[in-house]
Amino acid sequence: MNRPTFTWKLYVAAFYLFLFAPLLVVAIFAFNASPFPSPPWRGFTLAWFIGSGDAFGKPGVLVDPIWLDTIANSFKIAVPVALLAVVIGTVNAWVLERAEFPGKTLLSMMMLWPLVIPGVVLGISILAFFSRVANGLEDWLQTDLDFLRPGLPLVILGQLSFILTISTLIIAARLRKFDRSLEEAAFDLGASRARVLRTITLPFLSPALIGAGLVALLMSFENFNTTLMLVGSDAPLPITMYGQMREGASPAINAVSLLLMLGVGGIASAFALTSKAER
Amino acid sequence: MSMKSAPRLTLYLLLAPAILWLGLLIVLPHVEILILSFSERVAPRVYAFGFGNYLEFFTEPLYWRTFARTAIMSILVTALTLVLAFPIALYIARVARGRAKAMLLLLCLLPFWVSELVRTLGWMMLLRETGVISYVLRAVGLADQPVELLYNDGAVILGLVYGGLLFMIVPLANALESLEQAVVEAGFDLGGSRWTVLRRIVIPHAMPGIVAGSIIVFMLTVGNFATPVLLGGKNGLWFTEQIYAQFITRFNWPQGAAFGMLLLLLSSAIVWAGLRLTGQSLGTTLKQA
Repeated sequence: MNRPTFTWKLYVAAFYLFLFAPLLVVAIFAFNASPFPSPPWRGFTLAWFIGSGDAFGKPGVLVDPIWLDTIANSFKIAVPVALLAVVIGTVNAWVLERAEFPGKTLLSMMMLWPLVIPGVVLGISILAFFSRVANGLEDWLQTDLDFLRPGLPLVILGQLSFILTISTLIIAARLRKFDRSLEEAAFDLGASRARVLRTITLPFLSPALIGAGLVALLMSFENFNTTLMLVGSDAPLPITMYGQMREGASPAINAVSLLLMLGVGGIASAFALTSKAER
Repeated sequence: MSMKSAPRLTLYLLLAPAILWLGLLIVLPHVEILILSFSERVAPRVYAFGFGNYLEFFTEPLYWRTFARTAIMSILVTALTLVLAFPIALYIARVARGRAKAMLLLLCLLPFWVSELVRTLGWMMLLRETGVISYVLRAVGLADQPVELLYNDGAVILGLVYGGLLFMIVPLANALESLEQAVVEAGFDLGGSRWTVLRRIVIPHAMPGIVAGSIIVFMLTVGNFATPVLLGGKNGLWFTEQIYAQFITRFNWPQGAAFGMLLLLLSSAIVWAGLRLTGQSLGTTLKQA
């Protein structure tokens, strides 16, 4: 088994080519001086990033208000999702690892559920439930409750519904490794509960907290299925990209994709570094 | 406040986020679509309990055929992904060493950190009539007119297999990693051919990884939306698209809710059957991944 045949090696090489071909094509054609995202190659340009729109009728993504708004929307969703995922994930991890109460096994099992529910179903169920709540409350309060209707707040809740599982698991795994005698020593030395948390426990957890935050950020940026059902007029990146791809887009979408790849690559390497620091 | 109620209060406060999360974002919404799926419109804005939405599913061929097609193609995609990923996982786990091993695994991970939409865009640019493959075929003289490779089942399967590969390779490689080299050598020493050793020793050992990978790939495939819609076009016909159409385009929420329940049922049934058949639990399976 240790001496691979030539065919096997060839297959491995072909496999990696297959893996990267679509990404390379997307990246290369972001620089093609053509109004269409297809061959032939018509020369190198940065117009799809920073062009004013004189050359191809459409401005580059970094000056186009449509794409800038979309990128801003993605951040408006991802940053709250990541922060909430870390804070609530930490509390959940604490409950799973430190607390004892009846029904704990059931609760820890329920926390895994969101991973086996299709994203589209998560989206429609949250949409339907919050609409019912909104209808009920609006009749009762006689005011409009727009935040319960499709839009950024609902997208944030929808993404949290499954990202919380991931952040909880990441933080709980780290908390499990914690040596509790460190806390006890601090208590014996007269430290208060808050001080022990601040000076001992949280610093130990911090690689996992940063890691969970970065993963949440990534998953939020990339989520499509759940977001599609809950999105209002403020579309984040995957939704706008989907719309453009259905219409047959300009290379601007390649430029956005390349920026997204670079951003995601940056976050992913930051995550790889934190998980290395954890070991 | 007594000595005992203080820790209890703390416990309740700590439990509150988890209960709010699972209650408001998971349990109640699913109760809501369950109820919604059993409600029929009897007059404008008047709804009554009934099985109409489910009956509609079984009587309208488009709906149940799309459902069956989604299920069958997802099983096919899962099997293909397993077959394509196995040699790679075996290579990473048993052949590659040190730096090369870490590198190969990292190279597998990289494309999957990138958005599904970007990967799908890549395939669209490769496969479409004006795309790269068609252009190359004409340039080297293998075709004399543009070749449309997009908008067919092959393109959908290709895109879905591509999207599932990582989720197969990682659990497989993890499972194969723990196989003792001595056991493999013993197999060869006893006169087993490569194929016999693979079939009698390697594959049985990798079973937990095979199950974990297959379940995850199946779930992701069945629930996928963008890949079949974008690569299949009008011929994509994926069940999630029907749910979207009922909810967003036609605004027929009860029908869409019934479809959602059916998709959830299909996904859960296959996961459950896979776990039962191989005697694994959900918790350990998710950990494998």
